[in-house]
Amino acid sequence: MGDWIEEKKEPCSAEDGYRKRFSYDKVVRSTHGVNCTGSCSWQIFVKEGIITYEIQQNDYPSTQDGLPEYEPRGCPCGASYSWYEYSPHRIKYPMIRRPLYELYKEKRKDLEPVSAWEEVVKSSSLYKQKRGSGSFIRISFDEAVEIISAANVYTIKKYGPDRVVGFSPIPAKSMVSYASGTRYLSLIGGAVLSFYDWYCDLPPSSPQMFGDQTDVPESADWYNSTYLVLWGSNVPQTRRPDAHFYTETRYKGTKTVVISPDFNEACKFADVWLSPKSGTDAALGMAMGHVVLKEFFVDKRNDYFESYCKQFSDMPCLVMLEKEGTLFKPGRFLRLSDFGSKEKFDEWKTVVFDKEIGICAPNGGIGFRYQDNGKWNLELKDSINGKEINPELSLIDFRDVDAKVLYPYFGETKEVIARKVPAKKITVDSKEFYVSTVFDLLAAHYGVDRGLGDENVAKNYSDLTCYTPAWQEKITGVKKEAVIKIAREFAENALLTNGKSMIIIGAGVNHYYYTDTIYRAAINLLTMCGCIGQSGGGWAHYVGQEKVRPLAGWSTFAFALDWYRPPRHVNSTSFFYVHTDQYRYETLRVDDLLSPIAKKDLYSSHPLDLNVKSIRLGWLPAAPYLNINPLDISDLAKAKEMNISEYITDEIKKENILFSYQDPEDDKNYPRNMFVWRSNIMGASSKGHEYFIKYLLGAKSGLIEEESDLSDLKEVKVREPVVGKLDLLVTLDFRMSTTCLYSDIVLPSATWYEKEDISTTDMHPFIHPFSQAVDPLWESKTDYEIFKAISKKFSEIAKDNLGKRIDTVFAPLLHDTPSELGQSTEVRDWKLGECDILPGKTFPGITQVERDYPNVYKQYTSIGPLVEKLGVGAKGVSWLCGEELNDLKSINSENNGLVSISSARSVCEAIMHLSPETNSSISFKAWANISKKTGRDHSKILPPKDYALRFRDLQIQPRRTITSPCWSGIESKEVPYSANYLNVHELIPWRTLSGRIEIYQDHRWMRDFGENFAIYKAPVNILSTDKIKLDENCITLKFCTAHQKFGIHTTFIDLQVMQNLSRGGPHVWLSEADAKSIGVEDNDWVTLYNRNGTVMARAVLSQRIPIGMVIMYHAQDKIINNPISERTSARGGVHNSLIKILLNPLHMIGGYAQLSYFFNYYGTIGSNRDDFVIVRKLNKVIWTQKERGGEAL
Amino acid sequence: MKVRAQLAMVLNLDKCIGCHACSVTCKNVWTQRSGLEYAWFNNVETKPGIGFPKNWETQNRYKGGWELSGQNLKLKSGSKLNTLLNIFSNPNLPTIEDYSEPFTFDYSYLKNSEEDAFPTLKPVSAITHKEIDIRWGANWEDDLGTTFESRSKDYNFKDIDSSLYSSFENTFMMYLPRLCEHCLNPACVASCPSGAIYKRDEDGIVLIDQNKCRGFRMCVSACPYKKIYYNYKSGKSEKCILCFPRLEVGKPTVCSETCVGRIRYIGVLLYDRDRIKEAASCDEKELYRSQLSIILDPNDEEVISKAIEDGVPENFLDAAKISPVYQMIKEFQIAFPLHPEFRTLPMVYYIPPLSPIQSGLISESDEDVLPDVSKLRIPAKFLANMLTAGDEGLILEALNKLLAIRIYNRNKILYKDCNEGSLERSNLTVSQAEYLYKLLAIADYSDRFVIPTLHKENYDDNYVKKGIVGFPKNDFGG
Repeated sequence: MGDWIEEKKEPCSAEDGYRKRFSYDKVVRSTHGVNCTGSCSWQIFVKEGIITYEIQQNDYPSTQDGLPEYEPRGCPCGASYSWYEYSPHRIKYPMIRRPLYELYKEKRKDLEPVSAWEEVVKSSSLYKQKRGSGSFIRISFDEAVEIISAANVYTIKKYGPDRVVGFSPIPAKSMVSYASGTRYLSLIGGAVLSFYDWYCDLPPSSPQMFGDQTDVPESADWYNSTYLVLWGSNVPQTRRPDAHFYTETRYKGTKTVVISPDFNEACKFADVWLSPKSGTDAALGMAMGHVVLKEFFVDKRNDYFESYCKQFSDMPCLVMLEKEGTLFKPGRFLRLSDFGSKEKFDEWKTVVFDKEIGICAPNGGIGFRYQDNGKWNLELKDSINGKEINPELSLIDFRDVDAKVLYPYFGETKEVIARKVPAKKITVDSKEFYVSTVFDLLAAHYGVDRGLGDENVAKNYSDLTCYTPAWQEKITGVKKEAVIKIAREFAENALLTNGKSMIIIGAGVNHYYYTDTIYRAAINLLTMCGCIGQSGGGWAHYVGQEKVRPLAGWSTFAFALDWYRPPRHVNSTSFFYVHTDQYRYETLRVDDLLSPIAKKDLYSSHPLDLNVKSIRLGWLPAAPYLNINPLDISDLAKAKEMNISEYITDEIKKENILFSYQDPEDDKNYPRNMFVWRSNIMGASSKGHEYFIKYLLGAKSGLIEEESDLSDLKEVKVREPVVGKLDLLVTLDFRMSTTCLYSDIVLPSATWYEKEDISTTDMHPFIHPFSQAVDPLWESKTDYEIFKAISKKFSEIAKDNLGKRIDTVFAPLLHDTPSELGQSTEVRDWKLGECDILPGKTFPGITQVERDYPNVYKQYTSIGPLVEKLGVGAKGVSWLCGEELNDLKSINSENNGLVSISSARSVCEAIMHLSPETNSSISFKAWANISKKTGRDHSKILPPKDYALRFRDLQIQPRRTITSPCWSGIESKEVPYSANYLNVHELIPWRTLSGRIEIYQDHRWMRDFGENFAIYKAPVNILSTDKIKLDENCITLKFCTAHQKFGIHTTFIDLQVMQNLSRGGPHVWLSEADAKSIGVEDNDWVTLYNRNGTVMARAVLSQRIPIGMVIMYHAQDKIINNPISERTSARGGVHNSLIKILLNPLHMIGGYAQLSYFFNYYGTIGSNRDDFVIVRKLNKVIWTQKERGGEAL
Repeated sequence: MKVRAQLAMVLNLDKCIGCHACSVTCKNVWTQRSGLEYAWFNNVETKPGIGFPKNWETQNRYKGGWELSGQNLKLKSGSKLNTLLNIFSNPNLPTIEDYSEPFTFDYSYLKNSEEDAFPTLKPVSAITHKEIDIRWGANWEDDLGTTFESRSKDYNFKDIDSSLYSSFENTFMMYLPRLCEHCLNPACVASCPSGAIYKRDEDGIVLIDQNKCRGFRMCVSACPYKKIYYNYKSGKSEKCILCFPRLEVGKPTVCSETCVGRIRYIGVLLYDRDRIKEAASCDEKELYRSQLSIILDPNDEEVISKAIEDGVPENFLDAAKISPVYQMIKEFQIAFPLHPEFRTLPMVYYIPPLSPIQSGLISESDEDVLPDVSKLRIPAKFLANMLTAGDEGLILEALNKLLAIRIYNRNKILYKDCNEGSLERSNLTVSQAEYLYKLLAIADYSDRFVIPTLHKENYDDNYVKKGIVGFPKNDFGG
């Protein structure tokens, strides 16, 4: 045998063809600036001047011994990026829509640019209607930049700088590119729009409970876990470069549990798969908490859990009980000031009960943070006398009474439940009141029997009272036996390993309106089991989370803090809710959201009313802030001979000046110019897509629903809506995205293989670069060069039109600044006469800055004086950096005595040199600053000396960042980055009211909406399909929008190769049974619709989808294979066409320790997973307006 | 005995995340050109499913691989004589519908559109550039797409009541990345009328000589894995080349280098070339064991001296001794050949995947934290049909080994219990378990890939060649 196998001794010359294909001339290290937060390093191969292909790098520095390495990182999307380089999809030249260009050219014949633009805006809105309908022509870069600058100057002059706004997400994916646009905007006084909250990737539960945006373990730390729960997080699909730590840790003996309604990819690696009904996860979490509290805190106790909870959670903190007849309601935290205030900030210090000492305030409360007396730490000491204390978790042995406390229940029906809680009577100045601990209130809330003879708690796990395993089975459909087993194992595992149980959690549960309740149920579990802050344990949230490691240096440049402070930041969710007129279609009523034990008359019924209240109390920001030009305020005040605060508060009280959201359709009150870069907002994140098209853009939209009844709007003027609010939409991109197609001007940006920049993530501890494999192709430029060009032209035009102007900048009470100590115990509204109007306390802060408009270009390209004068910092840690600035003069060169940052690379150098994560001399300064606050010596975790990264270091190899107090973990080879590690191991408090993990949220609004504790709430009913007539050919399904597999949002999904691996256009996943009921077969065209819009897609039938749900993997964009809808006569929408923004009043709370606004940190979120849609088969597929027989525009 | 070296690959399906990074990087480097748009030298299939091209595993249509005719091994597609008779009309070829017609879009339309409506791109064939309606794709069944009825035609459901697995609760899923098997007994080589296909003597890579290929496509049907593709532009067939330009210099294949699941291992196997026929000709039930039997022990003195005599270079022998694939294939028998019943002696091996416990079997009273192999979701028979010609016992033993390592490690970490109890059932010692754990879990680059460089100096005058490598032949002197 084998006679046919030729034994070849000579090399075959034909082999050379393959060898030559493989060979290359150059390899360059770069990466992909895409919003997956993967931050993978890649080898880009260049042959004969052409980028031929890319392959992952595998040269990351090593992990902790005994752990798998971080190689390779990447996914098929990144691997196909080079396709864009030369494809016909590439944007090669600046482009503008013809009608706008012709109009401008005509006006420009006789007028200078600003006047020409003024005439354009005045004379025609036709060009707005043409948005989204092609008709692009090529123009020169100079012309494009002139039009943009003229529009900006005109808008600033006429309406104010905060009418110029910009949207760009996830700075960590390409920091300098992000900063390019925001630096320009911040210099001119424009408003920068947030993204993390807007995407609904921010879990507000994190700031609520930790006072931190989100800090999570790097993926290598998953490997250290011995019990891994993946909850609504499809790691193998959405965290592909990291997934191996999940699959590999199983061999180490780690048990894996996946909680997901559908059989997703992560289930493949699970030992157990639990499938709760969509959106009911909080019920499951509460039941698990019930089991853990009962078995590990009540029936049996253990030292580890108890001592952890005493020191690191608010569970021993005392809570006042509000009397309600013979019953009680949980009240606010008892404060040191309740015993007569002796020191500053005593009203911001929580108290505990120690059986030897009695009631005392332990170190660490937020009051100590700003008192700066070295007591802001988690040592278990009485802050007054320094004595060691041992706080009681429970007052059960010290109780004076079993208080019957009322708890709200938010199941299918709202109810009130009274449960017995051990309470202690306290008398201060002859005033009597009752207190309990958070733990005691918590145990009763979870329905755990404490032996107090309470009939309303659970007798056993089969009891149907909330929140038992049997109770949850009714709601989630998950067998109670499974929940008991998993909860028990989870806690047992944590007990045996000191907290190595971990929950990886993500979009699958975070995107619901009631995300906070689900997340808090999970975080409660982790806190009870002492997992948070332990390597291998804790809360690992991955969706949209990112980590700009050199945060302080970066934000200095990004927001031009070296020239002006504060910048204008705004929460996008409220911004778009107002400016895309979604408030006019509101179906949520605040009344329906309130707790059955709350006083309803304190709250208006329309969510926008509460948002307006929040703005006037200084809680949330707005853009524009006021209905006048902030450049005029100074002169107006002067004319009245008043100081600025007096003038403003006076005028606002008299309602001569309004907050813009009070009158959204007034032509002074909406944004006029918008920049979009590094984003495809219209294709990916325009929640309420059709509302965006109609109201913001004025183009042909698929919105056919009538407005809601607006009579319950009390604080807002209802006028005729303005259609087409934006005068100019400018997008920078390298490919013709949906946003580009809706833009007026499109600028060609350099690709990720044509620029220099830096990238970091929280998934791994390294910082690494973008490098140029080839210079920018055709006429493309890097984002830095584009905004530099705009700032130059802007400065020229501004000389005669603006000059220097005093700008009055409003800002809310900001987290991590002293203004977060706003109103300490009650919510008082100056407008209702409940308190004085005090800027920075009960009203937004007011600052004046002098804008030097003709010098914006100079400011853009050099580091301003405030770095030397005021220093640099982040998250309340700050330092001066004179020496480092001097170093930078030689690294970057000098420009009129200032450090030059005239290139993207020089910005990279400056960011790294001024940040504690990349320069150890800065790190030492930052640690010295934090030591002063904690009064503790943190020297054992200081990084090595003389570690200062330069850009070329990164090009040689990705480099490890170093330990910084701006983050909560340490960078060390002994332990992977593990969030909250510094809190538990260095006793640095969490940035919350109590300084501890806050199980209990005592703010008045939290209590009134029934979220003082984690709770289950039945999914919110937003009536998205209620008014639509149904017939037997259609079916109503829950609409879920998970992250897709063959694209990262809209990037890559338009690639030929990705489409060929997928279905060749928009598609939705249905269960076979649901499809059958409406006669749909695999690959059939279907249409999905509800009151918000219409989507066309092909059906993927699959066994792995549960009945009752349709999944449309999000951001498939609408440029590919997308028919015209017969229903709306518009092009089929995107996933966001079927949803609408829903504001949650709890995200509007501000000025209250951790519940304080900060950019991308706290604020309203754009939840998007509570809608229902109607699905039916499409009988006729129509491609053009003509085919439909309809009217062209 | 005649000792030869083979570069073989193991894929740990228990770690495959189905991301297709392997397929895409491979395509970018090798098949992103006219004539091969439809081809995937490497592809990833979701199982259960009928795969790419459709139903490739059932040989009643394409007639790939070998069959026993009495004692004789015959190409299923017929003898070489038959092949020659059919030379211009091979009836067993997959059609473009079986692969699915690749498509693209006229992207420039977005910039040039004057349409009143928002512009959209309609698919056009990447081959004809005419508009097409997409009905199937190269990865149509990804993540269990399409009806169960369609996917239940999966060949591996043989002797299984597939209806038991059709419900939502009983869903199971696995991925199967596939490439050329670089077989020891390649049907493609035997089927080629032009003698264009050869198996490289030094490393066993199977290649098509592009100068000799006449495009008869007998190999396309003869390959039971459907891993040879006809390049309709060049008129010649092409296939996965196991990235020989990389392997020759000691680097792993593109698909292995870029595998973010870190599931791929490459190393040297030594085998007895004289026993290929014997190994491929035994009873179907014995095929796996017979294939294993011709893989030689690289530490056996007799094998080593015979290998040296047969011209296997020392660096290949050294690599064979520390070959990760040898350990997983032969020593621990956790990696199996894909469809040994095709009798081509494939050299790409797969570790079968674990799966979640069946929903109906979760019970509160179950004290075990980690599942028992009998409760896993993927039917062992399904894996056996895929990897052992139906022998479930082999699959269960392998899965038990993976579980035993997990239980052993869990006891060690949680209870500081290092005794061998949990390993006994799987016949593993502590040191073997530790070794396998490191290989499977830590899986460092240098553990995954042990690849000797090729002794090119033996084939050419590299003293001269050094100065002319890269220049076109006959130009530039040299």
